[in-house]
Amino acid sequence: MKMKKITLPALFSTFFAFVSLFAGGALADQPKPWQMGFQDPASPVMEKLVNLHDYLLVMCVVVCVFVLLLLTYVCIRFRASKNPIPSKTTHNALIEVIWTVIPILILVAIVIPSWKLINYMDKTDKADVTLKAIGYQWYWGYEYMDGPGKGIHFESLMKLEHPDKGQESLQLQKGEPRNLEVDNQVVLPIESNIRVLTTAADVIHSWSIPAFGVKLDAVPGKVNETWVRITKVGDYYGQCSQLCGSRHAFMPIHIHAVSKEDYAKWVEKKDKELNIKPEAVAADGKKTEENKTK
Amino acid sequence: MQGAPKGWKRWVYSTNHKDIGTMYIIYGIMAGLISAGFSVWFRMELQYPGNQIFDGNYQFYNVLITAHALLMVFFMIMPSMIGGFGNWFVPLMIGAPDMAFPRMNNISFWLMVPAFLLLLTGMLWPFEWTTMIHDFGSSAWRGSIYQYYDPAGGPGTGWTIYPPLSIKADISMDFTILALHLLGMSSILGAINFIVTILNMRAPGMTLHKMPLFVWAIFVTAVLLLLALPVLAGAITMLLTDRNFGTHFFRPEGGGDPILFQHLFWFFGHPEVYIIILPGFGIISQVVSTFSKKPVFGYLGMVYAMCGIGFLGFVVWAHHMFTTGLSLNTRLYFTVATMVIAVPTGIKIFSWIATMWGGSITFKTPMLWAIGFIFVFVVGGVTGVVLANAGMDIPMHDTYYVIAHFHYVMSLGALFSAFAGFYYWFPKMSGKMMPEWFGRLHFAGTFIGTNVTFFPQHFLGLAGMPRRYPDYPDAFAGWNYVSSIGSYITMATTICFVFMVFYVLRYGKKAAGNPWGEGANTLEWTLSSPPEYHSFTTQPTISDDGHH
Repeated sequence: MKMKKITLPALFSTFFAFVSLFAGGALADQPKPWQMGFQDPASPVMEKLVNLHDYLLVMCVVVCVFVLLLLTYVCIRFRASKNPIPSKTTHNALIEVIWTVIPILILVAIVIPSWKLINYMDKTDKADVTLKAIGYQWYWGYEYMDGPGKGIHFESLMKLEHPDKGQESLQLQKGEPRNLEVDNQVVLPIESNIRVLTTAADVIHSWSIPAFGVKLDAVPGKVNETWVRITKVGDYYGQCSQLCGSRHAFMPIHIHAVSKEDYAKWVEKKDKELNIKPEAVAADGKKTEENKTK
Repeated sequence: MQGAPKGWKRWVYSTNHKDIGTMYIIYGIMAGLISAGFSVWFRMELQYPGNQIFDGNYQFYNVLITAHALLMVFFMIMPSMIGGFGNWFVPLMIGAPDMAFPRMNNISFWLMVPAFLLLLTGMLWPFEWTTMIHDFGSSAWRGSIYQYYDPAGGPGTGWTIYPPLSIKADISMDFTILALHLLGMSSILGAINFIVTILNMRAPGMTLHKMPLFVWAIFVTAVLLLLALPVLAGAITMLLTDRNFGTHFFRPEGGGDPILFQHLFWFFGHPEVYIIILPGFGIISQVVSTFSKKPVFGYLGMVYAMCGIGFLGFVVWAHHMFTTGLSLNTRLYFTVATMVIAVPTGIKIFSWIATMWGGSITFKTPMLWAIGFIFVFVVGGVTGVVLANAGMDIPMHDTYYVIAHFHYVMSLGALFSAFAGFYYWFPKMSGKMMPEWFGRLHFAGTFIGTNVTFFPQHFLGLAGMPRRYPDYPDAFAGWNYVSSIGSYITMATTICFVFMVFYVLRYGKKAAGNPWGEGANTLEWTLSSPPEYHSFTTQPTISDDGHH
């Protein structure tokens, strides 16, 4: 891991991370009680977003405190009893220029790192795995479109505290997070570039995983694209993020991120289950000429 | 009141800007109380994880949050600030005898009544009324009224009414669309009225650059209304025909695009939020100047800032759509354009502080609200700059961080400015003084209540809690509990306020023509409290010393 410069945002984020250890907010891939900040990042995109937010938060706090101090000073120094004769000043070209130019400079200081990050977040050129998420009222369907696992498809429904008769597979077990756990988890390999495609069958939904910094609307009639690279093995939860009807709050996402070896084992198991014949792949992982799609 | 018609005709047939303004303010307060009641209702549900009072009827929750937003935006803040304070004080401040089109003013107000009835119909349509009444009190009763609300019925789409969900909705959605049409008509006619009045009926000597800043604020707001509302009207008409007449503007099965609706909606929707706040900016300028006994610092800068905010407001709409699949360059443009609005807004904040600087400040109630506004609006504003960023927005979009942001600028910002205007102008409108001790209590209770309600929602958003959720993962319970307590504090304070207004109207101390002293130098303070039915017996003239 590269050594980070000890910048002020880094100090702040270290401080917040330290504090959050006590708040129980560390190592979070799902929200923790009384959490005040982001869940722990599990992708390079989210790491950059957390850093950007620390940077922006410092600016926000400074601006708010600055205005508060100005207001406090003004209210005390120029209260009627201490300043019975008001001044007649209504103009000052210099200060008007200053309070126009300095905010512009602050905005430029924000746009420069943001520009690069927005570009980085857009898409990946070379995807190792392509996952399609299809939004339904009220569950997600998944299809592995490309890469190892191609052809695997399943639906992912939220587990319930009190499932109806015949839905025993949806029974929420003890220790599983309420409103977050699903019956069929999405298994993905770490340290791989994963292209994520979203669409929907009925109304607009949105596929989101806070720990990855991923959120993309699932729009019927459209296919949207983003990407993620998961850095740590673990279980990551997300929830539908576009109002889609009465059970909008009850169609979560569970990503089970595993090593590439474990992913290959899972793919084998799923292929057998679903009777999928995997494409012939050469030893170096590249598809053979005849089997390249299109 | 000399010259005023008697009885119900005075109000139903009114062509008097002050009477119409009064009706708008009463209407706004009533709608605000209903909507606040709804918000307390669903904060009760959200106070704990799991199902509470709504008995698992999540559709009802969605309908309630939709109604809450529509009521607050279209039936509370716009009527009270534009219809209420705008109608009352724009003619007075420019020395005009009334608005340019007094009868059109009447229809603008009375359209609000069928609009409200249509919205109510849409909300209540999905109740199984006959079954509910039949079962009531008997063993057939299904446990709670929520069980009688159709789980697939009602406008449960959010105030943004995105298709295809709003196309799938039942007939309640058509009632809601028609309500929005009437509201739009009311506001467009009102906007025309304000623009013509301000451009043509200023007293001699009152050049545009001598107009009070409140009048400028209403003028810019009116231009925004005139340009933005027709786009909403187009969008919701397309929605209506998609729902009922076989068109496919937004229906993918016919080659349409749901995202087109979002572009059209937010092309209106973003100027709409400036329509909400600009009158507030005008009020704050008047109040800060009066209670600092100083003219507003940098008058021209303030005018240009408002015009700049108004113009820029039209070219930033897609920052509400960063997760919909816009192209990279589109997202980059809208990020930069949105952030630019922070500059004129900052100019205003610093100008108000500079107005106070060197002034002789008295802390009467209107001034407390104004100072509170300056602070809370900055808090809301900085989170807006965070959200403006297409990258930073991704983890925050559709989470409670967004809810925290817009409630800070609206439910603290715009609301505080509305109360500042209310306390400032109440003596002029009613002839009675609100007692200072109560004003301070009201300010303190509201300031504490709203901050306790909405500050924790920043945490919920960062932690990942999505919006428009009637139930949430258990980890979010802590801050939700705190937020709900805040809503109870705010509601209790507001109810006290309403009682106090009634009491003061009946028993309160009489107000002088100018209760606020030398700092109050706009034309309304030269008249009695309340003014005569026909305000000016002789047309005022404005002297050359540039007093505004």
